[in-house]
Amino acid sequence: MTDKLTILIVEPDKTRAEAIIDSLAATGDHHIRVLSGSTGLARSVAEMNPDLVLLDMANPSRDAIDALTLASSPLERPVAMFVDRSDDGLTKAAIEAGVSAYVVDGMQPDRIKPILDAAIARFHMFSRMRSELAATKRALEERKIIDRAKGILMRARNMSEDDAYALIRKTAMSQGKKIADVAQALVTASELLS
Amino acid sequence: MRTLPLTLGFMPLVDAAPLVIARELGFAEEEGLALTLQSAPSWSTLRDRLVLGQIEAAHMLSPVPVAMALGLGGLPTQLDALSVLSINGNVIGISNALADQLDTAGSTPDFLDAKAAGAALSSLKKPLRIGVPFPFSMHAELLHYWLAASGLNTAQALDVRTIPPPLMADAIATGEVDAFCVGEPWGSITVENGGGTLLLPGAAIWQFAPEKVLAVRHEWAASEPDITGRLMRAIWKAGRWLDQPDKHATAAEILSWPEYLGVSAEITERALSGNLLINARGRSRHVPQMMDFFAGAATFPWKSQGAWIGARMAARFGLDRAQSAAKAAAVFRSDLYRRHLGPLGADLPAASEKLEGALSEPTRAATDSGTLILGPDRFFDGQVFDPERPEC
Repeated sequence: MTDKLTILIVEPDKTRAEAIIDSLAATGDHHIRVLSGSTGLARSVAEMNPDLVLLDMANPSRDAIDALTLASSPLERPVAMFVDRSDDGLTKAAIEAGVSAYVVDGMQPDRIKPILDAAIARFHMFSRMRSELAATKRALEERKIIDRAKGILMRARNMSEDDAYALIRKTAMSQGKKIADVAQALVTASELLS
Repeated sequence: MRTLPLTLGFMPLVDAAPLVIARELGFAEEEGLALTLQSAPSWSTLRDRLVLGQIEAAHMLSPVPVAMALGLGGLPTQLDALSVLSINGNVIGISNALADQLDTAGSTPDFLDAKAAGAALSSLKKPLRIGVPFPFSMHAELLHYWLAASGLNTAQALDVRTIPPPLMADAIATGEVDAFCVGEPWGSITVENGGGTLLLPGAAIWQFAPEKVLAVRHEWAASEPDITGRLMRAIWKAGRWLDQPDKHATAAEILSWPEYLGVSAEITERALSGNLLINARGRSRHVPQMMDFFAGAATFPWKSQGAWIGARMAARFGLDRAQSAAKAAAVFRSDLYRRHLGPLGADLPAASEKLEGALSEPTRAATDSGTLILGPDRFFDGQVFDPERPEC
C-alpha cells in the first residue's frame, strides 16, 4: 500500500486520459487520478498530493504547475520537474514527446523511469495521431476545393471532368504551384465575379 | 551568402514583435539568417525548449534568466540576456465587480496614477486574488513592488496565482481572480469581451521596466559568436523599424496572422500605439511609453536592470541581496551588445549601469561617440535603486 504511487494526469480529453491510464497500468499498481479542468489547478494538485504529475506540454496550464515547484507553504507540496539531471536522456525524450512530468523531490529515479517511458510512448502515439488527423483534414479540404474548381471549369468552358482536372494540373505545373492553390484561386476569383 | 537556419521561440504576445518583424520584413535574411519562429504554449515550456537546445534563442521574460542564475526554478542552466526586446507593455486589470465597488466608493483612480490606484484597492480592506502569467516575470515584480508600497503585500491581503495569459481573460470573467497583471493583447481582449476593466498600465509603476529579453544559452553565445552577432543585429534593426509610429498598422497586421497571435489587428495595435480602451463602455486613454522597442536606448541591457530584478527576487525568496544582484547583473550582456551593435551605429552609453529610477524627464547621457537621450525611468513612489548598494 505504502509503495503505491499517486499519479495525477492533467488532461481535458477523456479518451486520451483513459488511454494514458491504460498504458500506465502496465507498469504497476498505482493510484491514478485525472484532472480535466484548469481552474484552480494549482490548488487541486496541492490537495491531491501526488507523487508524479503528467501533463501535455501543449497545455498552457503547465505554468501553474511549474509555479508549484517554488511553493514553500506546508499545504502545497513542492514538486520538481523530473530533472535532477540523473537522466538527461529521459528528460529530453519526455520533452520531445511533449510530456511534462513533475515528481516529488527525492523520489527514486528507477521507480519513475518505467512510468515515464510508458507515458512517453503514449504521447508519441498521440502526436502522430494528431498530425495524421491534421493531414487527413487538409486532404479532405483540398479535395473539396478541387472538386468545386472542376465544377466551375466544367460549366464555364463546357469541358469534361477529366479535362477540367487536366487543365488545373497543367496550370499548376506551369506556374510552379500546388494543384490545391490553383483550385483555390479559381474558386475565389469565380466568387468575386459572380 | 548562404543563409543559416535558426529556430527561435516566442509566446504569442504583442512584444514578440521584434522577432516576428525580423523574420517577416527581411532583417534576418539581410544578416544571412533563415529564422523559424516557434510559438510556445507556456513560459515553462519555452524555457525548457531553450535550455535543452530545441531552439537557439527565445523571447523571454526578463526575470527568467535571472531566476535561473539564482538557482530558482527550472533546469540548472546559465542563460544570457543579449539585449532587451521591449520596455513596458503590461496592464493591470480588475474584475467588473471590483470596478463597480471602486465606482460606488467614488474612488476610481486616474488610469496613470499608481499611487491612487494602490490606495483605492487598499481602502476596500478586502483580500485580493491576483493572476500573473509566471512567478518570474516583470508582472510579478511590478505587482509586488506596487502593492508593498500600498500596504497590500501581507499574506492575508494578497493571493498571487499563476495563470497563463490566454486564460487570464477567462479567469477574471469567471471570478477566479479579482485582478491581474498581464501582457498585451490579453488586457485589451478582457476589455473587448467585457470581462474586466483596466486599472493601470505597468508603465505607471515603473516608467522604464525591461519587459522581455532576447535570451540564449550562455554556452551557445560563447561558441557561436558570429551567429549571435547576426541575430542581435537583425533583432535590433527590427526594433528600430517598430519604433516608427507610421509602421504600427503594418506591424499589427503581421502580428495578427494565425501563426503569431491570431488576434485582430485592431486589438494588437492598441498596445503598439499606446491608445488603450480601458473599459467596455469605450473609455480610451493614451499611455506614454506603453511599449517601446528602441527609443531611449530601450534595447541596451543595463546591468543595473538585471541587478534590480536580482535584488527584488532575493528579498522575496530569502537570498542574499548583494550576491544575487551581482549574479543577475552578469546575465545582462552589455559587453556583447557593445561588441555586436556598436559597429552598426547603436547608441552605446558610456557606462553599463545607471541609477534606476533617477530620471523624471528625457535626459541626455554621455555615449562613446556623443550623447543619447534616455527616457524617463521613475518608479511611482520616487525610489531610486543604486546598483552599488543593492541591499537598500
